[in-house]
Amino acid sequence: MSIIDSTTGGGQTEPKNLKKLSIISFSGDFDKLVATFTLATGAASVGYEVNIFFTFWGLDAIKKKKGRAFLGKGFLPKIFGFLMGGLNSAPVSRLNFFGASPGVFNYMMKKNNVATLEELVEAAKVLGINFYICEMAMHILGLEKKDFIDDVKDVLGVPTFLKLSEDGRTLFI
Amino acid sequence: MSRYTIDVSKEHCPMTFVKVKIKLATLQPGDILDVTLLEGEPLENVPKSAQEQGFKILEIIQIADKQYKVSIQK
Repeated sequence: MSIIDSTTGGGQTEPKNLKKLSIISFSGDFDKLVATFTLATGAASVGYEVNIFFTFWGLDAIKKKKGRAFLGKGFLPKIFGFLMGGLNSAPVSRLNFFGASPGVFNYMMKKNNVATLEELVEAAKVLGINFYICEMAMHILGLEKKDFIDDVKDVLGVPTFLKLSEDGRTLFI
Repeated sequence: MSRYTIDVSKEHCPMTFVKVKIKLATLQPGDILDVTLLEGEPLENVPKSAQEQGFKILEIIQIADKQYKVSIQK
């Protein structure tokens, strides 16, 4: 995870609007998505404007089909779509144990009364967090906007996302 | 004016804040929400963020060991 000061391109002055958080959600890993949605919902609940820009494997988190499905136009996108799956197929970035770990984590989260990934995503929707799709990644993976949940606000390119994240903090996860 | 309660003392971050925020959003102007929470980060940040979002903190009282009630008015 890295922090980018969007007002200076990594410089030393503080961002002007400390009440805006923009997250570039690149990873489709279970644990990194938990980090993304924990930060996003935590920030939104204390009054931050929150934007999440889903790109590449991060797009798996907001697909309508939460399991494995041959989504996408063309042979290769369909294979990628099936292998990556949706939110319920997200692997843990370390010690995945052939896909068993996410279930174990969900069990431990529930046992310790910590919100599961699915609960965090639902909370993000209720809190009005802005979900954006990276146009380029969507096309590479042969996907369309209709393949994603209805809560997605828009499909964006980099310049529009940079404009949206201006004067706030930006995280890459 | 109505009075509501929510207990987030068994919740963990970020749901401590998420549940209060969602509940506050359902209140009408003048309504009061009594939040039961634990000392530490919830006690420090729930009243602070509610104030920043334009809510009024009516009182903060200790109701048990490490447990507080924060009354928030919309």
